[in-house]
Amino acid sequence: MITTDIIIIGAGPTGLFAVFEAGLLKLKCHLIDALPQPGGQCSEIYPKKPIYDIPAYPEILAGDLTDKLMEQCKQFQPGFTLGERAETIDKQEDGSFVVTTNKGTQHKAPVVAIASGLGSFEPRKPLIDNIASFEGKGVEYMIKEPELYRDKNVVIAGGGDSALDWSIFLADVAKSVTLVHRRNEFRGHLDSVEKVQELKNLGKINLITPAEVTAIYGDERLEAVEIAKKDEEAIRMETDHFIPLFGLSPKLGPIANWGLEIEKNAIKVNNALDYQTNIPGIFAIGDGNIYPGKLKLILCGFHEATLMCQAAYQIINPGKRYVLKYTTVSGVDGFDGTRKEAPKAVVKAIQ
Amino acid sequence: MDTQDISITIIDRDGVAHQIDAPTDMAMNLMEVVRSFELAPEGTIGVCGGMAMCASCQCYILSDTELPEMQDDEEAMLSEAFYVKDNSRLGCQIPMTPELEGLHVELAPES
Repeated sequence: MITTDIIIIGAGPTGLFAVFEAGLLKLKCHLIDALPQPGGQCSEIYPKKPIYDIPAYPEILAGDLTDKLMEQCKQFQPGFTLGERAETIDKQEDGSFVVTTNKGTQHKAPVVAIASGLGSFEPRKPLIDNIASFEGKGVEYMIKEPELYRDKNVVIAGGGDSALDWSIFLADVAKSVTLVHRRNEFRGHLDSVEKVQELKNLGKINLITPAEVTAIYGDERLEAVEIAKKDEEAIRMETDHFIPLFGLSPKLGPIANWGLEIEKNAIKVNNALDYQTNIPGIFAIGDGNIYPGKLKLILCGFHEATLMCQAAYQIINPGKRYVLKYTTVSGVDGFDGTRKEAPKAVVKAIQ
Repeated sequence: MDTQDISITIIDRDGVAHQIDAPTDMAMNLMEVVRSFELAPEGTIGVCGGMAMCASCQCYILSDTELPEMQDDEEAMLSEAFYVKDNSRLGCQIPMTPELEGLHVELAPES
């Protein structure tokens, strides 16, 4: 069981900045995120896109913003549970919460801050009727263990970077790799596209375009897929695995069942005070919350995170006196023993 | 300032047609117009914010209105989206201009 002061669900910009603000109040944080890396949308969807409305940054790439937030909060040693989705929350007798992920990792804290943005990123599944019954039985939406595909026949569908990159990687591992895409053009990095072209010429990747996987067959396990090429009769291809890679889309997911008040796919909070939800001790900050006048902006998430931390301090240290301190005055004392502070002014008399 | 509105018709995901007056002077696109008139629930449209990266604003063009030509990123996104038809476009890539007067579109299903 991982124990901390604040469990933050979502490691996007708002969650990362909350770590810093909590640290100033000597509160420790642990972040849970369904994605394998921190940064949320900024690192998953648009790392190379510039953002123009971060105060004091006339322009910053979303990926760089993530790096800077990680750097800013690192002395407060946040814990991370990445690649796992927060699944359930259980209130304990002592008032604290236990948050359990889909992989069974348990986290315990007196305060939970949901900074889940638009939700957890789930793979987009192709519209094939019986696909759900083959999930984990030959159909995978993400490649977690490449060794699973050694000496197997694999069909990959999709036209983006992950479809290209995995086709290239598996060409050396699998018995056969078939890449199916709806168009002749791919939108991956030029290097990847050229590499696939090369492997296709060498006969190591079987490229079928413009085409779609339209049906899947099997008894217990996946046995074959139907591939329909435009204006041609569909073919049936025997395969051990079918890996559709059509990107990720955010879903509110299991949090919807936590007893929180939801409006317009977002969590209702008290914005007059501290962004607490209808369950005391559970807060929602950033793009995933809603209140009158809400704006889904990173800079608003930073503000919400800051106020949430003040309220968390009161819950964790009831009645304990505190006044806001400025980092220019008090510096930053990291949990790792580091200290940042303003250099002392030089006092010298003029003779 | 030119504050010309245009009249367009949007069929929502429940099949209800809405005739609305959309502003052409606020640099809005079709996806943003749908959101501003609340014709689809928040969180189900414009998820990526309008970068042609999610296809949640996919719509079918029902009128023969002349539209801006499709760019590579829109075409690439549509090639990976679901429920795509020949008349599919991404609403976020269609800026509201006076030329779109009379535009008639239907929102594609959520996916």
